[in-house]
Amino acid sequence: MTMTKLKEKLFSRAALRGIIAIFIFIALWETGARSEQWFGYRFPFLGLVPPPSDVAASWGGLIGDPSYWQSWYMSFLRVFGGFMAAVVIGIPLGLFMAVNKTFYGMAFPSFEVLRPIPPLAWVPASIIFWPTQELSIAFVTFLGAFYTIVINVLGGARSINKQFLQAAQSMGASQWDIFRRIVLPATLPSIVVGSAVGMGITWEVVVAAEMISGGGSSGGGAGGGLGFFIWSSYVGGSYEQIIVGMISIGIAGYMSSELLRQLGGFLTPWLKTR
Amino acid sequence: MPNTATRIQDASEIVVSNVFKSYGAGPFAKEVVKDCSFTIESNKLTVMIGPSGCGKSTLIQLIAGFETPDSGNITMNGEPITGPGKDRLVLFQESALFPWMTTYDNIMYGPRARGEDTKESADLAEFLLSKVGLEAFRDKYPPQLSGGMQRRAELARAMINKPEVMILDEPFRGLDNMSKELMWEYYAGLYEEDRNTNFFVTTDIDEAIFLADRLLIMTNLPTSTREVIEIDIPRPRKIDDIVNNAHANEIKKEVMTLLHEEAMKSFSGGSKAAADFLDAYSKRAG
Repeated sequence: MTMTKLKEKLFSRAALRGIIAIFIFIALWETGARSEQWFGYRFPFLGLVPPPSDVAASWGGLIGDPSYWQSWYMSFLRVFGGFMAAVVIGIPLGLFMAVNKTFYGMAFPSFEVLRPIPPLAWVPASIIFWPTQELSIAFVTFLGAFYTIVINVLGGARSINKQFLQAAQSMGASQWDIFRRIVLPATLPSIVVGSAVGMGITWEVVVAAEMISGGGSSGGGAGGGLGFFIWSSYVGGSYEQIIVGMISIGIAGYMSSELLRQLGGFLTPWLKTR
Repeated sequence: MPNTATRIQDASEIVVSNVFKSYGAGPFAKEVVKDCSFTIESNKLTVMIGPSGCGKSTLIQLIAGFETPDSGNITMNGEPITGPGKDRLVLFQESALFPWMTTYDNIMYGPRARGEDTKESADLAEFLLSKVGLEAFRDKYPPQLSGGMQRRAELARAMINKPEVMILDEPFRGLDNMSKELMWEYYAGLYEEDRNTNFFVTTDIDEAIFLADRLLIMTNLPTSTREVIEIDIPRPRKIDDIVNNAHANEIKKEVMTLLHEEAMKSFSGGSKAAADFLDAYSKRAG
């Protein structure tokens, strides 16, 4: 992106609206949170929330704290590990179910029974089954992305335009070539969408799993990921830090999704031309 | 006859004899092709015309080898057709260009799929690109091409495989009238150059008469051959020749009468497609 383009984007009407809206939101929040102190009357709900200025101050103190960044690192590691496992297992599984009717008949019913079980319902079972707590968190995180990726890949691969396959066949393509150069690229947009949605679920799941399981094998304190960071802040009564943890997860999730969007755009250049 | 030198002499004839095909089973079975026989003669452009929804696409599926007839035979040069193959290339109704490939990669698909990614293939691809006038769109994706360009790219993608028989299923449907007529002249020109065996399916009478050496008129569902007309208008043909040609108009009248009868049959059968056809027919006749 050139500098002028960046400038245009930063100072466009849409960006300006967004910035103004965020400022208004923060101003209202500050007013609400300080209502008792300023007006002698506590606003419902907002009056109980720590004001953004205190949150910012608390955040400022945490920026230099390695254990805060350790939380980021732990959560990212789990999200990345679980997500990658879901991609590596989920994409081939979805593709294979789509191209092989026998396997589809065998695998799909069990898949559909397991799919509605929320990943978090797996937490107790996975704590029992997996040798370390770290592995149980990673497993639950994996499940969050796995079903979504499989179902998207399967749907994408099964809805390929029949004419693409027939055209390739009539040009003398082998089954392998059809899979590699027709089925795979035709499914790629669904793979990208499935991964993006799966990534979102992964963040939801990892935070909850960290809270429930008590932060993982790396011990207590802030080493247990952003979910545990929020939980221990709650237990320790540091309400500003709860908000810091929440916003951190928001930023982390946004960064992951954006990364995936960029990668997806790079993998499917033809979609930009529509 | 121009370009006699490049004319391909190899016989490649497809014979369809007593073919039956129905879909579904039991009381829900629908007979689509019934005792259908015709010949796609070697080195001729055979056009098949019939009311829409009459089973023409099914016949293409059978000839291409994507499906097998319930009974009857389809042979190519005496050999029964057992499956799809690059000797019989199909151009589909809607564009089947692969959206994830550029124009060039689309054209090169066939050679690459067969492990013939050679300099020779690449040269031929470049030659065909310029022949269909798409050099400037070499690295564009299909959605960036206009409808007519997509059809030309698809012609190039088919021609690079040097098929013995080219099968075209209403390839110019959906184009606006102007591009359609340009495509007729363009496609006829390509055909006149090498005179390979071509099988062209359409519902458009003007298109059929402009292009055909032989015209197969099909009956309503279940389909079979109603009439075969030899179109002896000299080539190369231009749109104006056909419009102002008394002989061509006579043929047109004859074809319209036959198709009208077939359409009436399906109209009485309550087919929406036939009603549409009749509507279009009355506009054209009036």
